[in-house]
Amino acid sequence: MTTSTTPGTLLTPLQVANRRAHAPHTSMFMRMLLRAAVLRRRRAASALLAMIVAAAVATAMMNLYVDVQAKLRTEFRNYGANLVVVAKEGQALPADALSTVESVLGAKTLAVPFSYAVARTNDGQSVVVVGTDFARAHQLNHWWKVSRWPDAPNQALIGMRAAAVVGPGASPSRQPFALTFQGKAIQLVPAGMLQTGAGEDSRIYLDQSEFQNWTGVAPSTIEVAANGTAADVDASIRKLTQLLPNADIRPVRQIMEGEANVLNKTRATLYASATLVVLTSALCVLATLIGWVFDRRRDFAIMKALGASEHLVNGFFAAEAAALGVVGAILGFFIGIAVAVWIGRVNFHAPVVPRFSVFPYILAGSVAVALLSAVLPIVLLRRVQPAIILRGE
Amino acid sequence: MFPRIVYESFRRQARRKLLAGIAITLGVAVATAMIAVATDIGDKINRELRSYGANLVVTPQEDTLDVEVGGLNLKPPSDGAFLNEADLPKIRGTFWHHNIVGFSPMLPVTVKLGAGSDAKDVTLLGTYFDKALRFGKEDFTTGVRITHPWWKVSCSDGRLAPPSRVEDPAAACSWPNDDSQNVLIGERLAAKLSKHSGDNLEINGRQLTISGILSTGGVEDDQIVAPLALAQQVLGKPGAVRRVYVSALTKPPDALSVRDPKSMTPEVYDRWYCSPYVESIAYQLQEAIPHSHAEQIRQVAQNEGTVLSRIKGLMLLITFAALLASALAVSAAMATAIYERRVEVGLMKALGAGDLVVSAIFFAEALLLALVGGLAGFSAGALLARQIGRSIFNSRISIEPVLFPIILGIAVFVTFAGSAAAIRRAVKFDPVFALRGEG
Repeated sequence: MTTSTTPGTLLTPLQVANRRAHAPHTSMFMRMLLRAAVLRRRRAASALLAMIVAAAVATAMMNLYVDVQAKLRTEFRNYGANLVVVAKEGQALPADALSTVESVLGAKTLAVPFSYAVARTNDGQSVVVVGTDFARAHQLNHWWKVSRWPDAPNQALIGMRAAAVVGPGASPSRQPFALTFQGKAIQLVPAGMLQTGAGEDSRIYLDQSEFQNWTGVAPSTIEVAANGTAADVDASIRKLTQLLPNADIRPVRQIMEGEANVLNKTRATLYASATLVVLTSALCVLATLIGWVFDRRRDFAIMKALGASEHLVNGFFAAEAAALGVVGAILGFFIGIAVAVWIGRVNFHAPVVPRFSVFPYILAGSVAVALLSAVLPIVLLRRVQPAIILRGE
Repeated sequence: MFPRIVYESFRRQARRKLLAGIAITLGVAVATAMIAVATDIGDKINRELRSYGANLVVTPQEDTLDVEVGGLNLKPPSDGAFLNEADLPKIRGTFWHHNIVGFSPMLPVTVKLGAGSDAKDVTLLGTYFDKALRFGKEDFTTGVRITHPWWKVSCSDGRLAPPSRVEDPAAACSWPNDDSQNVLIGERLAAKLSKHSGDNLEINGRQLTISGILSTGGVEDDQIVAPLALAQQVLGKPGAVRRVYVSALTKPPDALSVRDPKSMTPEVYDRWYCSPYVESIAYQLQEAIPHSHAEQIRQVAQNEGTVLSRIKGLMLLITFAALLASALAVSAAMATAIYERRVEVGLMKALGAGDLVVSAIFFAEALLLALVGGLAGFSAGALLARQIGRSIFNSRISIEPVLFPIILGIAVFVTFAGSAAAIRRAVKFDPVFALRGEG
């Protein structure tokens, strides 16, 4: 621009002619599109806003719908193992069973070995002693209420009810106690108490290597928390069955079916809600755009009065709506991604991975809704003579 | 004059009013359905979480130590203390009995399976399957079919047992009746012994009929599961129960729930006692059943709170998005409807109407629209919520009546808010331009 003018101030015809002469040469079509948006910026802005909000909400919903299921699955893994690898009767698990399980299921999987033996206390009572890897057990079984995890050699974790057998009362007396297994004795120091409300309460837990040195019993059970969908877990079961012929791979039905049940219901609710929200926002766009296009029936009439073909007029309005849809979809998409990430952080304390694959759907949906809302008023207006509109009736 | 203008406006511009009305109705319907679903989702998911099984276990107070490896108890069978079966219906008399979904007593007995020298030790587990009980004037049924929903009974050919409680003589297998001599055999044990449904088992010299193959994915797969009365006969201790699993709807734990009831002031104690925390329900179970100790099963009880709060939080945020979207839709429709009526405003102003009167007319119309649309939308939303409840959760989503004035208030507020800017512009518009049709 050569003359600096602020929009809205009156210009002399010469200035206008001057400015137009130096303006970049764009086609009439483009110019009409742009000027229409600039001159009626308030109405255009409200239509664009509706478009952006709708696209943002739809993006956030689609992102969440996919991501929430993965997020919930991680929450469900807090319930502990969903697979158990057990040695077949009379056989032992191979020594490398744990590493086999880990290599099959990937790094994120938790696998915890357990070995069992029945030992006797000094006064002749039987108690179940379990050897395990404390660090792994701690990670797998979040719900274990442990007063203090063992951190030194010969320390044991005493189940709430087993405490009565090895030491007086419920409070850990920290008095060393002795256990015998097949004539071999071991001196143990209670490190802390374990409370779960289940079978673990009546057992004593030891470190696996100390347990094995003492009893010579190798792990007979590996509890595994396998991540992923039901199909992924099934695939893992098949692979493990092949690699460990001496073992039974048992899914923990209580955990798997509970998870499937809750997840399905949540997914269905989420789907219904997301559909409702997306439909409502499409409705919002429809209402705004119909108003906007309807409002411009005078432009429509003038174009026709000046001799524009039906084709050109329709094309003009369609192009305008499509442009609005594209701009709205792009801006809305990024806002929607931001909203989804925010929700992920607030509700799940974990980032939501932006899914750019959603974008084509958002773009197509936005343009479709925009075109639909442009076509409706045009169909209505086509029957009306331009003269009637121009007379303001 | 004022009511007449409003009335005529509705009569003569029925089509325009209908459009705005539809927008309000749809917006309110979505908002109502979402609020209803969001307020009820906690309860619904809580019930679904019960499919993880019992979250409380009641044991005798002087219980001896279990010496159990791989589902086989190595202790002499009559050792240790028992609960009394006759005390169990009292569970329905506790303060939070409406929150108790079901309970199952368990009585494991180590028995000799087979006869003569090849007899082997297996565990016979006595329990309720679907037992009809009575407490006071209330009849109810309870058992593993409620508390352990993942237990499946199938025939030898793999077909599932019929789910109905009515005995179907044509079916090859079924859940045993609670007063029968029929038992279920765990699938691994059945495979080991190559037993089928309909076969007989000899247990401690008794002949028992296998009514189905049980699959649980747990230690029961290596056991025999029988009606409680039968297990008591085998053990020779009528009325004995080793432990009771209780499945209860609970409130997620918070700062109050974990406090020791002994150290509370009376008011805090009352609040704790009257909240359905897993701890307070355990406390009440202990009160109801003499000489018992109730404990939460932490694997189930501790995790459901997290899952529940995640899902509730998510629904809350989505409801918020739904409210925002419907508010925008309503505002957009109202703004469009008013914008189109500038000519009317011009005419009214030319005839001497003040800004206040013109705005009042528009607001009155908006109020009417909001009330009518709000009412229709609330009903439609209630239907929608019920449909969602039925198709997803197989149960009704209840709509609180208190929601109605709130929804109506929101509808009026949103309609006003959406109209306000448009009305202000319409009123400010110069009547001359409006009448000349230059807008």
